[in-house]
Amino acid sequence: MTAVKFYGEPPPGIEQDWLPGRLIVIEGTDGVGRSTIISILKDYLEASGWGVVDSGLRRSPLVGPGIDQAKEGHTLDPITLNLFYATDFWDRFERIMLPALQAGMVVLADRYIFSLMARAIVRGAPREWLEQIYGFALVPDQVVYLDIDAEDLVLRVLERGFDFWESGGDYLHDRSIYDGFMQHQREQLREMSEMAERYGWDVIDARGTIEQVFEDVRRVVMPTVEAMPQV
Amino acid sequence: MATTTDFSHLPGRLIVVEGIDGSGKSTQLDLLHKWLRSEGYVTVFTEWNSSPIVRDTTKRGKRKQLLTPMSFSLVHAADFASRTYEQILPALQAGVIVLADRYVYTAFARDAARGVNRKWVRDLYSFAPPPSLALYFHVSLDESIRRIAAARAEIKFYEAGMDLGLSDDLQESFRLFQGRILEEYDKLCDEYDITRIDASQTLVSQQVQVRELVEPLLEGMPRREITKVPTHIQAGYASLAAGGAR
Repeated sequence: MTAVKFYGEPPPGIEQDWLPGRLIVIEGTDGVGRSTIISILKDYLEASGWGVVDSGLRRSPLVGPGIDQAKEGHTLDPITLNLFYATDFWDRFERIMLPALQAGMVVLADRYIFSLMARAIVRGAPREWLEQIYGFALVPDQVVYLDIDAEDLVLRVLERGFDFWESGGDYLHDRSIYDGFMQHQREQLREMSEMAERYGWDVIDARGTIEQVFEDVRRVVMPTVEAMPQV
Repeated sequence: MATTTDFSHLPGRLIVVEGIDGSGKSTQLDLLHKWLRSEGYVTVFTEWNSSPIVRDTTKRGKRKQLLTPMSFSLVHAADFASRTYEQILPALQAGVIVLADRYVYTAFARDAARGVNRKWVRDLYSFAPPPSLALYFHVSLDESIRRIAAARAEIKFYEAGMDLGLSDDLQESFRLFQGRILEEYDKLCDEYDITRIDASQTLVSQQVQVRELVEPLLEGMPRREITKVPTHIQAGYASLAAGGAR
């Protein structure tokens, strides 16, 4: 069982002090391969007899469409954008992750509050404010961080093309998309590495093949999953 | 950009009105707005829940009843943030008067009435510039219910706090929930520099008090020259006198 612990003040409406499921977070920057790894891991765990639910950013029925719409516009300040993502996160937590944890399932979260904080910090939002707001988040059983450097990352992203937001287009106006991408990603990666150290995450080298990365992730995740009764 | 807690350099004035539904605050702010404009002051008006970027999400959440106390709180903060950075702060930087129908205190009162941690909500809104004047229109629960019943057909789901399960009866839930909000407003008046106005008085006598409180804040605020004929029409006259459009 998992103790119910929050980073800050407990949010209203959660009465349990333990949950039978497991919350495993896969963190990592844009294009590092998180969703591929999560998809393989989900198939693997399900084939091994565990119930698995995954949840990624912007998939909340409440906020998902609103964020996509807002990001198409030309003026979206980082505080509003961050609060949109915070709402999306909470909605998915309450609607998807929490019920699954209560039902004894493995929840694979494709990013968590950490990516949201890193993105807002590089755009100038105060760290202290972010930590206060995201204090509502449940402390996960495990965070696996897919680590990469900007130089290796850009080679992967080139094949699928650059994204405006992933290249910091909203705040790095005077740069080419390549320079913007490199600077934005370097700053985000620095924030994430600091968090990995501070929170004690399992760091996996994401530069290898999908098979290698999956095998490394599987190795660190299985003890967390196996400590739970099989469905 | 970055959020800052130092707003002392902002030359504009921020005047906000607060109160439960049916307190008459919007009417009083509207009267103030018209008066200020007739005196030539440049004013920017902003109201709760009106950001073009966020409003649709809030509407969807309310219509489909997707909102819980925390998502209700967060989505309203997103709406407020969007208006803060697009309307309120630019106007205060430009040195004009901002009139806000509801401000952070609405969130403080409603979210606390929904059981959200009070300190968390205050931290959430720490990017908000403090008002130059905050007016709270106090009305009794019975009077507000009487006014709302007279003014419109029905009470809405979230207005009645139906999401909290206080009562299955809409009227009863509304009474219980608005009662909680009134208690929160009372506490907020002690915690913050908020001026209480007795909203059971006549409309005119309330407006007299509002103007008395606002007047000292007007010094140095930019004014337009007041003309009966709008300037673009005057320009048209001048052009015509000079020989017409061509």
